[in-house]
Amino acid sequence: MFKSLATPEFLAKIDTEKCIRCKRCIQNCGWGVYSWGGNNVLIDTFKCVKCLRCYHYCPEEAITIEDNPVRYRNNANWGFYNIRNIKKQAETGGILLTGMGSDMPYPVLFDSLLIDACQVTNPSIDPLREPMELRTYLGKKPARLEFEKSPDGKSKLKTKMPPQIKLDLPFIFAPMSYGSISLNAQKTLAIAAKELGIVMNTGEGGLHEEIYPYRSNIIVQVASGRFGVNPDYLNAGVAVEIKIGQGAKPGIGGHLPGEKIPLDIAKTRMIPVGTDALSPAPQHDIYSIEDLRQLIYAIKEATNYTKPVSVKIAAVHNVAAIASGIVRAGADIVYIDGFRGGTGAAPSTIRDHLGIPIEHAIAAVDERLRQEGIRNEASIIAAGGIRSSADAAKAIALGADACAIGTAALITMGCTVCGKCYTGNCSWGITTQRPELTVRLDPEIFAERLINLIHAWTHELKEILGALGINAVESLRGSRERLRGVGMDAQTLDILGVKPAGR
Amino acid sequence: MSYDFQKDISGCGLVGIINKDGKRIDGSYIKKSLCLMNDRGNGLGAGYAAYGIYPKYKDLYAFHIMYDEPSAKTIAEEYLKINYHIEKKEEMPTAPVEGITIHPILWRYFVKPLAQKAEREMADLSDDDFVVRTVMKINSEIDGAYIFSSGKNMGAFKGVGMPSAIAGFFRLEEYEGYIWTGHTRFPTNTPGWWGGAHPFTLLDWSIVHNGEISSYGINKRYLEMYGYKLTLLTDTEVVAYLFDLLVRRHGLDIPTACTALAAPFWKNIDDMDGDKRDAMTAIRMVYGSALMNGPFSILFGHSKGLVGLNDRIKLRPLVAAIKGKTVYMASEESSIREICPSPDKVWAPRAGEPVIAELEA
Amino acid sequence: MLTIDAKGVYYRDLNSKVRDAVSKGEKEILLKNVNGQYYIGDGLQGDATITVEGVPGNDLAAFMDGPTIIIKANAQDNISNTMNSGKVIVHGNAGDVLGYGMRGGKLHIKGDVGYRVGIHMKGYKKQMPVIIAGGKAGDFFGEYMAGGVLILLNLDGDKNDNRNIVGDYLGTGMHGGTIFIRGDVDKKLCGAEVGVSDLSEEDTKLLTDYLKDYCNDFGLKLDEIMKTPFKKLIPASLRPYGNLYAY
Repeated sequence: MFKSLATPEFLAKIDTEKCIRCKRCIQNCGWGVYSWGGNNVLIDTFKCVKCLRCYHYCPEEAITIEDNPVRYRNNANWGFYNIRNIKKQAETGGILLTGMGSDMPYPVLFDSLLIDACQVTNPSIDPLREPMELRTYLGKKPARLEFEKSPDGKSKLKTKMPPQIKLDLPFIFAPMSYGSISLNAQKTLAIAAKELGIVMNTGEGGLHEEIYPYRSNIIVQVASGRFGVNPDYLNAGVAVEIKIGQGAKPGIGGHLPGEKIPLDIAKTRMIPVGTDALSPAPQHDIYSIEDLRQLIYAIKEATNYTKPVSVKIAAVHNVAAIASGIVRAGADIVYIDGFRGGTGAAPSTIRDHLGIPIEHAIAAVDERLRQEGIRNEASIIAAGGIRSSADAAKAIALGADACAIGTAALITMGCTVCGKCYTGNCSWGITTQRPELTVRLDPEIFAERLINLIHAWTHELKEILGALGINAVESLRGSRERLRGVGMDAQTLDILGVKPAGR
Repeated sequence: MSYDFQKDISGCGLVGIINKDGKRIDGSYIKKSLCLMNDRGNGLGAGYAAYGIYPKYKDLYAFHIMYDEPSAKTIAEEYLKINYHIEKKEEMPTAPVEGITIHPILWRYFVKPLAQKAEREMADLSDDDFVVRTVMKINSEIDGAYIFSSGKNMGAFKGVGMPSAIAGFFRLEEYEGYIWTGHTRFPTNTPGWWGGAHPFTLLDWSIVHNGEISSYGINKRYLEMYGYKLTLLTDTEVVAYLFDLLVRRHGLDIPTACTALAAPFWKNIDDMDGDKRDAMTAIRMVYGSALMNGPFSILFGHSKGLVGLNDRIKLRPLVAAIKGKTVYMASEESSIREICPSPDKVWAPRAGEPVIAELEA
Repeated sequence: MLTIDAKGVYYRDLNSKVRDAVSKGEKEILLKNVNGQYYIGDGLQGDATITVEGVPGNDLAAFMDGPTIIIKANAQDNISNTMNSGKVIVHGNAGDVLGYGMRGGKLHIKGDVGYRVGIHMKGYKKQMPVIIAGGKAGDFFGEYMAGGVLILLNLDGDKNDNRNIVGDYLGTGMHGGTIFIRGDVDKKLCGAEVGVSDLSEEDTKLLTDYLKDYCNDFGLKLDEIMKTPFKKLIPASLRPYGNLYAY
């Protein structure tokens, strides 16, 4: 064994003058960067991921984490990570693994879209004092309603409405499985979802019994690994989601490393302790679109047509045609995960180079469904890269019914987007199953922070609607006329269906 | 579907009269009433719609068409000839008035789709649907031709000019109708096109409208999903098509259609009793994209009645009054009093609450 | 016993009738003239027995939790998809992707089975799904297997056809559970993650228990079956892909 030639990314440093030898850094680091040397703290900086847990918990502010100034010789083509990754792979022969959404500098179209506001010819609305409605129903809507006269002469709804998910806000929490994240992290999401009147999504890891009480705020997921799926599970939430793909890793299966499979996870997933939990790349009962229809209706049969069925796909090149097929296969909701979407573990080659961004995907899907006259047949959820209320407003204006929030929710729990979720060492207790780490995440406390975030975004979204002079989110939904592009080429504008600023 | 368009924006004043007993009155009343609100317009557009004006041809569709040049007329008439029986065609009667120097070529036609459906395009459509298709086709595909009225026993008269000039130009005092609506306009963008004035009509729907609909973008895309072509890029066009879709094609009654367009708030829906709440919830779920959000008051005329509606937080004015069998609706009370000094009742309708006046059977 | 004539009945109506009957406490249901109706017994709970005459459609007994379904004929694809408990007995052959993600209960097939049988079966303590097929199987038998038991008997040997007992990529990605195959297993057919061995005494006892029930269903002789030795396949490692990644 020789010392790795892959240069460390970060330098953890302790100011020995300030250090009071309290050893909190040693306790707090989930990565084993620090150890006790008898007289002072020893540092193995190769292990540091810059999650900043130690920094925040050092009472003396003695710790700094710097980006390693030692870089390879400057080269516009061979960047630091190109060289470092090759060295790593030369040493291990392994696939480079990573966590969270892509950190590559692809253009983010949200940052090139600007929202309209009212001046003179129509009035803006004051959202703090006048009604401002964000309630959203997800599910299939009939194209038209029929009424009949009841015996007393009153008009009564004749159309039977398909099942819907009622959301007080156009947000949901993105699917993150028990296994990829800790039970405490899932509980945080569940508590917040209940308080906010929205839903969380179990992800594919099954449903731990401690989450069952939140059933009216849960979407349960059925993925290729079929973990924890039984009739009770299918009926445990307000909807069932079939996961076909994930934005961060379209076309490949899940792989929860054995480090994250202690007894409790093994029990929920019904697999051996310490094994790698494998989710096959495809759902093996779906090799074609008619098979998807078969699974959608198998679930509808098993839930007696009382739950909307959502189908989650990664945004890929032909996403519009695929989404149209999904809607025609009977899905009530299409969940589209853009390529910047997060993940607990994905090969970085896949994460950084496959798929398309959510902005293009939402625009293409919404437009296609309208052209085919079936936009009412399913709701669209936009996911994968929603960083702020402005991103959400833009996604909704492009055509989404609601936005999924994953990474942002984790950030409220302490996550710093260090991207090492797959190791199971998360020092914040989020993407780990080590009990000494997960205990750090108190669901009650962190649910409050998550609720704060969503409340803040809600206020901001209402401010945006108010500026637009509308008081219901359905008047923003798909209203691309209220968006303008800056610095985009004509073809991109055409795909998004928005005018350039100034037109 | 189109997104690269410049939306038309304007402010306005509006007025409507209906004689529920079907008594016909000439156009001088509505003109007088509308002219009182001259300050709400700026002379760049005014117009009128009248019902009951063509009793002799009441079973035929009356097409009012404006042409920019004779060649457009040739092409449009070629299409009409192939698909319609044309009972009568004539140049619209006009009179020279001060303030109107340039105007399009104006013709009207009393027609019906060929009885032998197989002989016309789209044989599977009903007569009404076929007429809608003709309007969409001529207005979007034939350059310089524009059908601005297509109902039976009714007609729209509109153009660029002050209300009195437009009324004089079209010789409205020579027509008699049981419903009249009028509109004076304050466009904020480049004026000059006669088709851009109100009322906007389709079949026997006619709309005059005040305010800007802030949800125009999604209302337009929603209608496009059902095959409507929005060529005018005005809110008014959106309103007309929404009524056409909800009432004529989806079969909703007018009060229900009005609740879809100016829906109550969730807070109020949640407090409703069971059946009503379910119906209202379903309406908002299904017709969310048809919700007209933002300031508006509209008068919506059809062969059997007149509806006044304003937005759900009342950002534009609407006043209604009754005198005997006559119902008046207007932007300002004074314009009603100008022609009906002492009504039996005057009131300001609540936000989103339609005023529905229908002909007595 | 409730008899339902399924002739020309759309699956949605048929299954709704079955669900209604079961919820009213019906224990014995006979479905006559079934032909191709999907989703029979899907998500059904309780202890009813449903006998199917004719060839049922795909996804039979998906998510099923308790009931027994007896099929007198051949059956199609996706039987016992993610089934939780209960039993399915097929008196003929069955198709592809049987017992996908199966979590418990039994699937007994008298004849051959198709491709990808027992993919990602899982088990935990009492939840121990079992699939037994009397004939031969196609490729990817027991792919990703994480638990439970797969048994392949090849009862007719090469009498009627001389295909291999089991197809290629046997147990590929296997990380839990056990596969028993009657006869020899060509190691070339096995996924890299599979270890092949003879049976221990304990294995034989376990196998005998499973087969007793199977023989009972089809009137077969256990002794005859046990005369031919079995091979046992288990995962060679709990973490077959432990070294695949650069951390």
